[in-house]
Amino acid sequence: MPAEEAPHSEHSASVTLLGPQRQPRVDAVLESLQLRGARAAVINAGWREREPEDELLMSLTSGNAVNLRLWHRMQEVWEADPEFAAADQQRRMLLEEMQDLYVIALDHVVDALRTMAERVPRSIQVQRVALGDAQQIMREIDERHLARVNEIHADFWERWPPHERRAVQLLRQLISKDLADAEVVLIPGGHVGVLVGALHLFNIAPQLQVPIVAWGAGAMALTDRVVLFHDRAAHGPSVSEIFTQGLGLVRNTVALPGARERLDLGNPARMGVLARRLAPARCLLLDARVRVDILPGGELPEDAPVLADDGAVTTLGQVR
Amino acid sequence: MSVSLPGQPVRGTPRGKLAINQFREREHLDEAAVDAFLHERQVPIIEGAKCTFLYRGQADEVHLLHRIVNQPQRVPLRRIEGTDLWYVIVELPYGSRVEYQLELSNNGHTVRGNDPLNPQIAHSPVGSSSVCQAFGYQTPEWTQHDPDARPGELHDLTLPSKALRRETHNRIYLPARFRTSSAYPLLIVHDGDDYLNYSAMKTVLDNVIHDLDMAETIVVFSNPGDRMREYPNYAPHARHLVAELIPHLEEHYPVMRRPEGRALMGASFGAVASMSVAYRNPTMFGSLLLQSGSFVFTDIGDDHGGGPAFDPVVKFMNRYRARPRKVADRLFVSCGVYEPLIVPNRSMVPVWESTGSTVRYVEARDGHSWENWRDRLRDGLSWIYPGPQKFVYE
Repeated sequence: MPAEEAPHSEHSASVTLLGPQRQPRVDAVLESLQLRGARAAVINAGWREREPEDELLMSLTSGNAVNLRLWHRMQEVWEADPEFAAADQQRRMLLEEMQDLYVIALDHVVDALRTMAERVPRSIQVQRVALGDAQQIMREIDERHLARVNEIHADFWERWPPHERRAVQLLRQLISKDLADAEVVLIPGGHVGVLVGALHLFNIAPQLQVPIVAWGAGAMALTDRVVLFHDRAAHGPSVSEIFTQGLGLVRNTVALPGARERLDLGNPARMGVLARRLAPARCLLLDARVRVDILPGGELPEDAPVLADDGAVTTLGQVR
Repeated sequence: MSVSLPGQPVRGTPRGKLAINQFREREHLDEAAVDAFLHERQVPIIEGAKCTFLYRGQADEVHLLHRIVNQPQRVPLRRIEGTDLWYVIVELPYGSRVEYQLELSNNGHTVRGNDPLNPQIAHSPVGSSSVCQAFGYQTPEWTQHDPDARPGELHDLTLPSKALRRETHNRIYLPARFRTSSAYPLLIVHDGDDYLNYSAMKTVLDNVIHDLDMAETIVVFSNPGDRMREYPNYAPHARHLVAELIPHLEEHYPVMRRPEGRALMGASFGAVASMSVAYRNPTMFGSLLLQSGSFVFTDIGDDHGGGPAFDPVVKFMNRYRARPRKVADRLFVSCGVYEPLIVPNRSMVPVWESTGSTVRYVEARDGHSWENWRDRLRDGLSWIYPGPQKFVYE
């Protein structure tokens, strides 16, 4: 949740979301947007301590770029303002515990769904209703969790208004200067929690008035809700979890970067539960070579690859 | 919650005559034929579930020695007439890994040793064994050195212990990019040097942290003095960890100071030590990683069959089973199905669960060995301290 209320709807420039950039196409995308050689601002706070290792990224912008260094600037805030840092740490601890407990609750609902689905029904209709009820419980847990997360953030920002913290003030001014002459903003992937935290702390959303190209965690951060997912984790598939509110520049969308690698797309039952659980938002599949140009107003275009309610991979146009 | 063993895939299972049977059916068998047969052939010969063990040489008798529970553990090899080649075919299920030796008898004299035809060797504190990697077994790549994984550092820590009345020798693993300004979860490993030497745990830690499967963690590899005394439920050992080692670590290293940031692990008697320390300090540790725990107990009488070394273990386990209580919120428990300890380990899962602990129980087609414990490390470490993988999106 942002530190200050952001006028999201005022972002009128283009937003382009991409799949993972292991074979970078950012330069071609910039060219297609007629932004070749344009002054770029880079937000790669999600790379954390590797934030300065941005040579490749810079080269894709023809070198005309500035790194906003949000992660390092965030560390500077914590160092300069230990009281604020301690409060932030306390907030993170609360959020971590909430997330853990929320996942425990979700795990039980997922177990129940599995057991109910695998049971030989005496009445298919009764089974369908029971499954629907359990999914509704899941959606309620999601909504309640996100509301609680927002409460924690709101309470923190109210008690610790960032604009009243000297270190934040100074750094926000520097960031604004860096952003002032940017013609495009690049937001790559990385740690989505750290990235969203940095974007909120420095109140970046209202300043994003130029085209944005984002991928990975960067794409997730631009949506209304950030959902964590990993069906191929080392210790087996984990339940997808609502994590936090994003910047809301892309509407009614849950961005799922690297979907083919991270999701069990061959399991329509599992994918269907995910799609229906997050509806009316659409699950946007951002795989390698995917490019989605968001419509003015923040909606997805018709050709955006999404999950249908039955778990099939399709395009938005097909499911409308 | 438990993870079942992998099933054998239908595809990939060879049909037809085994290589050794084709060889036996040849008309002229001599040493040259044996040379040709063995040339560039991996031994044991793995053909689907059938594993052909071989020995070449003069002997009165040759036996295959292994420790698969409920199977004959001394299996005779047969000599192929006209040659000095001996063989036996053993069926091993998909994904098995079995340590073995050969026993040769000559003129009433018996010696045992590793299979000279098999270069695969596993090492342990009590010596080495040959390894049969059955169909479907693959050494996990995360157990091997990865040049891309930035290595953590190991430092020696010698700490005098009043509780144990000796100097303790530990090694501390600090993850790559260690920062004193961060707070790290703490993992204390029993039989630490053995885990480093025989389970490649330093390499595994470097890799699983690099792959984001495990959180950056400070790991203390502790070592026993008199292991058989200190590990089976010994109060001074628990006192040393909780009142000496952990306070020292909290004073000198940036470790988390709350239960969910503290974990104990160990294998065999080390698992018993982990459990008993947590039992004596029920709110201290958030997780335990227990591998092939020597959790021997009796339901009736005192005859446990494990010898005097197990007496204190059985006493502790019987008392625990009579009045179980939570030892940690999260337990990762693994055991090989080929070891006798599989029964007590399976039996303990519902007992731990009844106390409110979340238990992740994993079995493997393997034995009581350091490579079994190595191969389960990623599962266990990523379970007790999950890495940030779910937060990181390219």
